[in-house]
Amino acid sequence: MTHTLAAVLLALGLAWSAMPAGAVEPDEILDDPVLESRARDISAGLRCLVCQNESIDASGADLARDLRILVRERLVAGDSDDQVRAYMVARYGDFVLLKPPVKPETYLLWFGPALFLLLGGFGVVVYLRRRSPGPAMGTELARPGPLAPEEQARLKRILEDPGAAAPGNGA
Amino acid sequence: MSEAVKDGGKAGLMRRRLIYLSPVLVFAVLAGYFLWGLNPDRNPRILPSAMIDKPAPEFDAGPLAGMDLPGLATADLAGGQVSLVNFFASWCIPCRAEHPLLMALAERGEVAIYGFNYKNKPAEARAWLAQLGNPYSRIGTDQSGRIGIDWGVSGVPETFVIDGAGRIRYRHWGPLDRGALEDKILPLIKELHG
Repeated sequence: MTHTLAAVLLALGLAWSAMPAGAVEPDEILDDPVLESRARDISAGLRCLVCQNESIDASGADLARDLRILVRERLVAGDSDDQVRAYMVARYGDFVLLKPPVKPETYLLWFGPALFLLLGGFGVVVYLRRRSPGPAMGTELARPGPLAPEEQARLKRILEDPGAAAPGNGA
Repeated sequence: MSEAVKDGGKAGLMRRRLIYLSPVLVFAVLAGYFLWGLNPDRNPRILPSAMIDKPAPEFDAGPLAGMDLPGLATADLAGGQVSLVNFFASWCIPCRAEHPLLMALAERGEVAIYGFNYKNKPAEARAWLAQLGNPYSRIGTDQSGRIGIDWGVSGVPETFVIDGAGRIRYRHWGPLDRGALEDKILPLIKELHG
């Protein structure tokens, strides 16, 4: 148990240390460590508009550097984290946020998977209910009728003497 | 009772038909998205501008040093005439590709063409304009790229159409081409002229 825990912690630690160190250059770093860590947090969530699947924190593009410096300037000027993000969104649109905001245009994106899960679950429930016999059975066609007298007789024979099963089942 | 069962059976049949059809519908929707996504004419790098229909941002860009041309400020865009604002740099190869179109547009004189010298040394910008011709009647200097950020520019070249009230009406990402000019930009300028 303790071994498993240690292994998990070690793995997490390795994963953590393997995280990208970012493209922040020494001259960009703020003296105030609190502001700097907020700047890193915000930058990690802002998309570089040049290399579009990187954050400005990780990107070496010129524009990313300009935006990193701008983020720090806004923070020093007293902006809240949300104000800095709003500043970027006003210029570059929601696309600049790596995590899309939840709003009517993105409901399908955010809740689509849950919707599909629900639809799938509904399908499974319907299917299982159809399959199991019972009073809730679907159509006339699907419900098996009672056994005919000769079938009853055969069933009785089989139950009484399992050895003498159906003909052709010769053993 | 038997009547109800019959009706239920009919409705059930209909429902089952719909269920059998649903994979086809799902496929059609997905195929539609894929068709859109795989369209070779669609460049996923081109993002919609957040600045459309907003007033041009506040800026006051000094003139290009050593040129006998005025600089560019927000007020210059709201003077009642339609204008084209083009971010360029001499180090930008697509800018060279679009330059002849700007020159031709300047010759027609239908629209005021203003430029931003974006992160570019004045001497190099002057050499570039001397070599290729100058379509701009005003050139503002954006040495830091901050004005570009305020306009939502992600790289050069980008071109904006500004109406007489100083509002951004259209943004073209990347080098201008004849198609965009003739299908979008010129008709819009004509419309804005009223």
